[in-house]
Amino acid sequence: MNAVIEASGLTKRFGDVVAVDDATFRVEENQISGLLGRNGAGKTTMMQLLTGQDFRTSGEVRVFGENPVENSRVLSNVCFVKESQRYPEDFRPTHVFRSAAWFFPHWDAAFAERLIADFRLPLNRRIKKLSRGQVSAIGVIVGLASHAPLTFFDEPYLGLDAVARQTFYDRLLEDYAENPRTVVLSTHLIDEVSNLLEHVLVIDEGKIIVDSSAEELRGSATTVAGSRSAVDAFIGAREVLHRDDLGGLASVTVGRLSPAERLAAGQAGLELAPVSLQQLIVRMTTSDETQSERRRIA
Amino acid sequence: MDESRPIFVQIAEGIENDILSGVLAEEGQVPSTNEFASFYRINPATAGKGVNLLVEAGILYKKRGIGMFVAEGSRQRLVAKRRDQFQSEYVRPLLAEAGKLGISPAQLTEMIEKEGTA
Repeated sequence: MNAVIEASGLTKRFGDVVAVDDATFRVEENQISGLLGRNGAGKTTMMQLLTGQDFRTSGEVRVFGENPVENSRVLSNVCFVKESQRYPEDFRPTHVFRSAAWFFPHWDAAFAERLIADFRLPLNRRIKKLSRGQVSAIGVIVGLASHAPLTFFDEPYLGLDAVARQTFYDRLLEDYAENPRTVVLSTHLIDEVSNLLEHVLVIDEGKIIVDSSAEELRGSATTVAGSRSAVDAFIGAREVLHRDDLGGLASVTVGRLSPAERLAAGQAGLELAPVSLQQLIVRMTTSDETQSERRRIA
Repeated sequence: MDESRPIFVQIAEGIENDILSGVLAEEGQVPSTNEFASFYRINPATAGKGVNLLVEAGILYKKRGIGMFVAEGSRQRLVAKRRDQFQSEYVRPLLAEAGKLGISPAQLTEMIEKEGTA
């Protein structure tokens, strides 16, 4: 497979803060990847480094095989939809779409028009008079209609209602089926997008902690619940991702279970429940205060 | 979609169920990977993996440039496969649960017959 993005040892420091910490990963061509993580985990900084909008402190980054910084060959093939994109003071949506056509060589004006109707976006109202969701819709439309071979969506849906988000997912999938391209989607709404993703990167405190196909991640954790003694006997020396105790009951999240182990758990009277991608990531990126405190001091 | 099992397996099972129930006829055309993807709102690569599972098993076959079709005789083969699974997935757990509750095989037979005539 061809890598569209290759990062190795990529690091970005802001003073004492390490926003991106020794990140090494690849993003394959024509896949929809998720870049997931908590607020302040380093997602936006990462995307800024990948799109040449910020300078790395150390490490290497290659986009389409080249350094993206001030490289028009790379950047004309990249679209980055930012979380809080700002527009010139008296811009109206129609100005944004007209100028998008100048910057994106693959711009699909007919698709943009369809999306404008789908999102019911008023074209000639001043952007500062638009609602938060309508401003987000502008970014989503630019990202989709850019047909850029590499498109980043950084939390594209601030203020978008459920209907508009669903429209975004549907149009993204339809268009992706016809015009495959590489999409990197960064979002907090993991449950909503988990089935759209082919690959998942999770970033926490600047470090890539998960780099895996979405299919592998599904079923990679299971919650085992039942009486505390039975749960303890079953989990033995396994690594525990998360644990809740309630009186004599326990609910413990562990890694992947084989069919034989599932059967054994059933026979021991334990209940097994799947862990969604969102729950899994919540569990992996929740560290108690003292632990992260310690990490900071160390 | 069931969270605990791979999506592509569920796609394959869904197609199998449609063949078993006759919704998809033998030699009939199956929706395309992209149609599955947009219907279930899943990644097209995942849908493709599910379809390929059935191509490898000889249940579906590709007509170049036209699409995916249900192979002749696949319904019969699926019935045989599902009957084997029925034993392990339904009959054995049924007997295990009945045993826990002290229901004898004779009583169980009686209960099944009663349900069947009801």
